[in-house]
Amino acid sequence: MKTSNLLGAQTLFKREVRRFLKVNMQTIVTPALTAILYLLVFRYALGDRQVPGIGIDYFTFLVPGLAMMAMLQNAFANTSSSMIMGKVMGMQIYLLMAPLSAMEVVAAFLLAAVVRAVVVAVVFLLVLVPFVDLTIIHPWLIILYGVCGSLIMGGLGLLAGMWAKDFDNIAMVTNFIILPLTFLSGVFYSVSQLPELWQRVNYANPFFYLIDGFRYGFLGVGDTDPFASVGIVLLTVALVFASCWYLWRIGWRMKD
Amino acid sequence: MTALEIHGLSKTYGNGKIALQDVSLSVAKGSFYALLGPNGAGKSTLINILADTVRSGGGSVRLFGHDLFTDRSWCKRRMGVVPQEIAFDPFFTPREVLHFTSGLFGKKADDAWIDELFDRLELSQHTSKNTRQLSGGMRRRLLVAQALVHRPELVILDEPTAGVDVELRRRLWSFMRELNAKGTTILLTTHYLDEAEELCDQVAIINHGKLLTAQPMADLMRQVASSCLWLRYQQTIELSPADHEILAQYAPRTDAQGLYLQLGLQDDGQSTFHQAYQAAVDRFGPPLDAGVRKEDLEDVFLRLTARQVGEAK
Repeated sequence: MKTSNLLGAQTLFKREVRRFLKVNMQTIVTPALTAILYLLVFRYALGDRQVPGIGIDYFTFLVPGLAMMAMLQNAFANTSSSMIMGKVMGMQIYLLMAPLSAMEVVAAFLLAAVVRAVVVAVVFLLVLVPFVDLTIIHPWLIILYGVCGSLIMGGLGLLAGMWAKDFDNIAMVTNFIILPLTFLSGVFYSVSQLPELWQRVNYANPFFYLIDGFRYGFLGVGDTDPFASVGIVLLTVALVFASCWYLWRIGWRMKD
Repeated sequence: MTALEIHGLSKTYGNGKIALQDVSLSVAKGSFYALLGPNGAGKSTLINILADTVRSGGGSVRLFGHDLFTDRSWCKRRMGVVPQEIAFDPFFTPREVLHFTSGLFGKKADDAWIDELFDRLELSQHTSKNTRQLSGGMRRRLLVAQALVHRPELVILDEPTAGVDVELRRRLWSFMRELNAKGTTILLTTHYLDEAEELCDQVAIINHGKLLTAQPMADLMRQVASSCLWLRYQQTIELSPADHEILAQYAPRTDAQGLYLQLGLQDDGQSTFHQAYQAAVDRFGPPLDAGVRKEDLEDVFLRLTARQVGEAK
């Protein structure tokens, strides 16, 4: 007999949101401030220079990319830190013992990751509103890429949290996989500025499409056709969600 | 009706350690059931399989007639587990923890019940503190509250009183007795055998993953617990395999220092005080002192688990 537990899933979602709100200095203010500092450094280093091939000044070009980078990193951090904290503190058993299906657990975790990512991006953008003339050309592309990117990263964070045995494991994934992929994803440059080999490397980086599509929603220009990438992004969301669901269902690296 | 029916439950861990071997037992609805065994006997593995934190290696489990493995959600809503290890969420207060636990189990938080739990578990003064500020004993009591907050029909307590002082332990057991009297089935593991003897009406003893006995506590005490003869010696006694063989009918054992030898006496007339005393004198010489006392659950437990070790040898 299958019985759904909607209240349980809602509670888990609320718990995960409350968790990051309780430490908002660390989870919201710091990431937003870090992104703003990047922006200031590049603003004064590059002056009024334009991005070659796109015809937009660097400052305006950087804002959406940095917002998306903060979203991706924070979505990943929300699920991965919650999972590893649960493991280390022994709290994970309460999720395993609860009458929640894998679908309910994964949905609650990923939605909470999206909420944190959106809150960080909104704080970042609100601070910048007085200083930048930011347009919004395709709002639905911003929402689609923002939400899908956060879901993908939230899912990867959940997988990393399931795999990790301690904080060091999570730091390893964050520093050696997530950070390089987000930094080398076209946040700080247009791919057309790069040598051919590095262009190819960028095209192989899935984060590149997420950031480029998100930026296209604001500026109406980018390195790829974001409409053509929508299918790939949605497929990636489905693949990550399915992996999380299956691995949670079998208790991968959580149950002996 | 049975609350819990376990049949042929087995578990071998990835490192090859056999934790459970074909364990079968039945817990009647409304009973207060003791699951006893030495450290590493397989008690926690059994409980963790029920709690779904460890995978089963075979066998079947039915909870109130429902298959635990195919009807997990139904069964989990009716079960509350106090884990052996202290776990706490460092972000929240005890009240928030209980609100979340209720919700996770699909129940809206019942504040009147939560207040009663705080009151009975003596946490009322600490409901708004962060769990990091609680002492070890308080955190353990919070685990008990978490297990009860969704009003489960079966409560599983895995050594819930470790580190809890005597007075609080008494009050906890009084609360458990009340719950049991109202129909809640309780499965308990503890190292305080006197508590198990006093509280529980049913008992199962496992060792090395095997079930040694499972029966009403009164029957067990009647069957195997008669009297025992103790002899105090000046020099340390070490029981050799030959000693065990010769004295087998008395299930001999010594205390930790090896200065007391204890021989079990059956009420069946097969092992009288005189024969047992003579057998001991023949092997180890005259003792400094000797006496007879009634066995308690601890003696029975040690005798049964020691017998299994002897059989294995």
